[in-house]
Amino acid sequence: MRSARRLFAVTAAAALAVTLAACASSERGGDEGEAGGAGESGGTFVFGAPGAPDNFDPIFAQDGETFRPVRQMYDTLVMYKPGTADLEPGLATEWTPNADFTEWTFTLREGVKFHDGTDFNAEAVCFNFNRWVNLPNAAAQTQAYYYGSVFEGFTNNQTDSGLPPVYNSCTAPDPTTAVIKLNKAKGAFPGAFGLTSFSISSPAALQQYEADNVQQSGEAFTYGAYATDHPTGTGPYKFESYDRTANVITLVRNPDYWGDPPQSDRLIFRVIPDENARKQELQAGTIDGYDFPSPADWETLKNEGYQVLVRPAFNILYLGINQKNNPALQDLRVRQAIAHAIDRESMVRNQLPEGAQVATQFMPSEVDGYAADLQPIPFDQDRARALLAEAGASNLTINFYYPTEVTRPYMPNPTNIFTAIAENLRQVGITVNPVPQPWNGGYLDSVTANGVHDMHLLGWTGDYNDPGNFVGTFFGTAKPDFGIPDPNVFAEVGAADATVDPAARTAAFEQVNRDLMQKYLPAVPLSHSPPAIVVRDNVSGLVPSPLTDERFAPVTKSG
Amino acid sequence: MTTTWAQRRKDRIDDLAGGRSLTSEALRRLRRDPVALTGGVIIGLFVLVAAFAPLLAPHGPAETFPQLQQDLRPGNIPGPTAGFPLGSDQLGRDFLSRMILASQQTLLVGVLATLIGLAVGIVIGTVAGAFGGWVDTLLMRITDVLLAIPSLLLAISVAALAASPSQTTVIIAVAIVGVPIFARLLRGSMLAQRNSDHVVAATALGVKRPAVVLRHMLPNAIGPVIVQATLTLATAILDAAALSFLGLGDADPGRAEWGLMLAQAQTYLDVRPALAFLPAFAIIAVALGFTLLGESLREALDPKGRR
Amino acid sequence: MLRFVLRRLLQVIPTLLLLSLLVFAWLRALPGGPASAFLGDRATPEAIAALNRQLGLDQPIFIQYGQFLGRILSGDFGASTITGQPVLAEIGRALPATVELSLAALLIAVLLGIPLGYLAASRRGGPLDVSTIMGTLVGVAVPVFFLGYLLKAFFAVQLRWFPPSGRQAVGIDATDVTGLAVLDGLLTREWDASWDALLHLVLPAVTLATIPLAVIVRITRASVLDVMGSDFVRTANSKGLAPGTVRGRHVLRNALLPVSTTIGLQVGLLLAGAVLTEKVFVWGGIGTLLADAITLKDYPRLQALLLLGALVYVLVNLLVDLSYAIIDPRVRLT
Repeated sequence: MRSARRLFAVTAAAALAVTLAACASSERGGDEGEAGGAGESGGTFVFGAPGAPDNFDPIFAQDGETFRPVRQMYDTLVMYKPGTADLEPGLATEWTPNADFTEWTFTLREGVKFHDGTDFNAEAVCFNFNRWVNLPNAAAQTQAYYYGSVFEGFTNNQTDSGLPPVYNSCTAPDPTTAVIKLNKAKGAFPGAFGLTSFSISSPAALQQYEADNVQQSGEAFTYGAYATDHPTGTGPYKFESYDRTANVITLVRNPDYWGDPPQSDRLIFRVIPDENARKQELQAGTIDGYDFPSPADWETLKNEGYQVLVRPAFNILYLGINQKNNPALQDLRVRQAIAHAIDRESMVRNQLPEGAQVATQFMPSEVDGYAADLQPIPFDQDRARALLAEAGASNLTINFYYPTEVTRPYMPNPTNIFTAIAENLRQVGITVNPVPQPWNGGYLDSVTANGVHDMHLLGWTGDYNDPGNFVGTFFGTAKPDFGIPDPNVFAEVGAADATVDPAARTAAFEQVNRDLMQKYLPAVPLSHSPPAIVVRDNVSGLVPSPLTDERFAPVTKSG
Repeated sequence: MTTTWAQRRKDRIDDLAGGRSLTSEALRRLRRDPVALTGGVIIGLFVLVAAFAPLLAPHGPAETFPQLQQDLRPGNIPGPTAGFPLGSDQLGRDFLSRMILASQQTLLVGVLATLIGLAVGIVIGTVAGAFGGWVDTLLMRITDVLLAIPSLLLAISVAALAASPSQTTVIIAVAIVGVPIFARLLRGSMLAQRNSDHVVAATALGVKRPAVVLRHMLPNAIGPVIVQATLTLATAILDAAALSFLGLGDADPGRAEWGLMLAQAQTYLDVRPALAFLPAFAIIAVALGFTLLGESLREALDPKGRR
Repeated sequence: MLRFVLRRLLQVIPTLLLLSLLVFAWLRALPGGPASAFLGDRATPEAIAALNRQLGLDQPIFIQYGQFLGRILSGDFGASTITGQPVLAEIGRALPATVELSLAALLIAVLLGIPLGYLAASRRGGPLDVSTIMGTLVGVAVPVFFLGYLLKAFFAVQLRWFPPSGRQAVGIDATDVTGLAVLDGLLTREWDASWDALLHLVLPAVTLATIPLAVIVRITRASVLDVMGSDFVRTANSKGLAPGTVRGRHVLRNALLPVSTTIGLQVGLLLAGAVLTEKVFVWGGIGTLLADAITLKDYPRLQALLLLGALVYVLVNLLVDLSYAIIDPRVRLT
């Protein structure tokens, strides 16, 4: 999931939260309707969110805080099976590609209606796809981050990053069949069709509420009424209100939902940026659960009788190295020395929650293309000193940027992780110049746009099961993050990403992972860390997702 | 007489300025004052610990220990064990050493901020008081405006100027808060002395003006300045802690400083409350100590206090 | 009286002018200057040049200042870089929350502080006096955010007497009249909403009240002692007036004058304290706007908050002066 956004204001004590992430032990509720054991339907479910949503138009959604409410109001053509990154039918019951993966035919569900009462059909699907590729101005195109990243460009590209569009056309031979034609094949499909950003909106509502009217002023964006007050999808919950002063989003049950009927009458998201405040609200009984409890609190919460639902660690945390500003870092031996200097075992054990692992490469083992034969780079500070001496970099000084005012699913406490790594680097004689910046208040600009750093901490949570979504995102093109002077890296990753045949693609990415670790080492993969959700003991039906794609429709409360 | 709020606030500072210098009589009264004694003992201890911190602390502030890291988890921070009387902190460092070493950094930030504020304040106040006229009017108008911005707000706006916070930005931000107060204090004292006998005499004897100011006027202002500086030290330490809480604190998490330790321990309040409580109590004790000392000094110097 | 009011109003103008000059200078001291502060680090050179033209940054500095003043006077503080909303509108939305919190804190400080200070003074040196003085000294030394956390942990989580944060329980559908939630509930007769808002208000208001309370207690005490030792009180006592009359009519009334000034001075402290208190209690007022603006480097918002904060402070104190002139006949027409 996109890690670089300046969207929502976040504040908090030592650690705050803006996060997105993922899943595991499922806690499915018992049979509905049975009194006693499982929960009862009806009532209100209140969930504490760490950040405010940016807007409610899926195509302009790009961070977990926006996705969370949007997912409850919308459906995508294909969906991810709860608790996994596997695909299952959504608004489409079947999807088939042609031989060269440039045409996808979707068989659509019948009898589905949008919240405004209009019909969902192939025309509506095509309307959405055509709206996306024709987004009119630079502001709208920038904000349609996931469209830009998956479909690469728009009919009239208004930004520098726009490429020829991957999307060609959509036809609706009959109301239940939509055919999407692409200009080129992409390995990201069909997984990417399930991205929340590509949820299907009501064409009538899109037009009525000027959905495409996006304006930019300074760094901020303003949206049309569709995105702020009239989101209209097919999902289990309907939008009721967003109180921006009290920071409360209220959704109500959609009685006509096509799937299993949603359980709670009302679903409320309360934005509580401070991690301690979220915990205290739960302990005081004013909310039913919250996202991203600090790993420090897992034990306490469990002992107090709350359920800590742990998502699988479908993510990666890495130590970024920028080769542009410090020539010494262009020497592979120096980068290897840095990798050897860091005691990742201790860091994972001391700072990350139970279930976290030392990373051997830039993606978790669940992703196709993971090279199982790679071993972690050993912690060996003598070797690190020797490598530094060999490279003539014994007096290395590093501007080490790290984020503050944030916790991420893959990085619960950036300051601690920075401190541990900085101490390791000092031990091998590297001078560390610490530069903390607030996540949205300079950090992302510094490390992802301006590249003024030598080292930084960043990570990624997978959007769907695809190696390109991990390695391609980091090393597919030249980025200010890494300042990589060697074009071979991009060529190799690009070639793997252009491979469409699933088996060949997997093999190509396995080799990419080996080469990244052994030949290039453009950064140091650190860890995979499982993020969690916590709910009260009487809550059932919430399935933590590796993609942080949780659905609240089946959630019930007993007692 | 017009008594406006601004006037009153100025008067309070000017009152102090017009007070007496640190006479032996004042000192004698201080020694018998239990409040001053309490403050003195706290601050004396604090300064002693801070001065000898590197000798007292068994370990370095950033040093980590395998025996502490062995059992360290986010939800389990080892308590006191052999060799580590206060146990571990959240990174496997010796908490006792960090508490001790932090006294030095905390004192450093407080003292440096106060001294810088004092130095700039003295220059502005002396110039205004010694020259009078439009220089005085202009400089005092500026200090009035600075006084009109709530102190923490002022510190925040200065700290926010930096692209990335550091110990230096914290010191400067906190120092600026003290500038207008010291400036006004010095100016009041200068004005009060301009027509006093010793100044008139010195001037009549042909002593040059800067020399009069430096040798005759400044030394007489030193009493109230010490009072104010003592009180400012308390607020400086509290303001620095507040900046840390707001994410505008010292950049180097490897350094030990009470405000920073308190801010970073928020995550572990349920796991090991001591990580937050000990720095918090240390801050409270030191701020209280400086306040007690400052208040009793003020009373000792205040002619009205001798009723 | 009218002339006095007018003159005091006029005296405020140079202060405000200087303040605007300081903020103007502050914006120019930002890394990269005001254009990059407004547009962010990612702005293209063209965009910066365009904004520079628009802001008149290619003009001589005094003309720039004039234009800056003009924009401020017409209420144009620009748009927040976080939300894109006009800064003034955002402040307007957040203001009632902070006003409610500050008023409550001030009320606690005054209603508790004056009697405490008076009692301490009338039993000077006694156990009540000593413990009150110690209490105020400790109160000032406790970091506000730490106190807030302690109160929350004990009264909200342990005892569950009060909700831990926020302004309103979920499910309470209150009607918005003034934005002051407790008052709104009373006005619309939504008693449960009012009660709920009051419960939410207690902990943050107590937290915010500590420092003003300590200051008011000490000023009251000092002032009462001062007046009790003055000639006219001695005269009144020797005249044989009942002690109650002396205390009520002579001592308290005269002692309250400096206290009222202090209350005005507390407004600034409340504003600063609100930044910390609102953060701890997720209060969603001006303090939260400010804290977010710092974290996210929202300079238009910071600039507006700084200017308006100082303006409010100056105006409140002007009001205090005026009320002072009404209470105290000596303060007039000089």
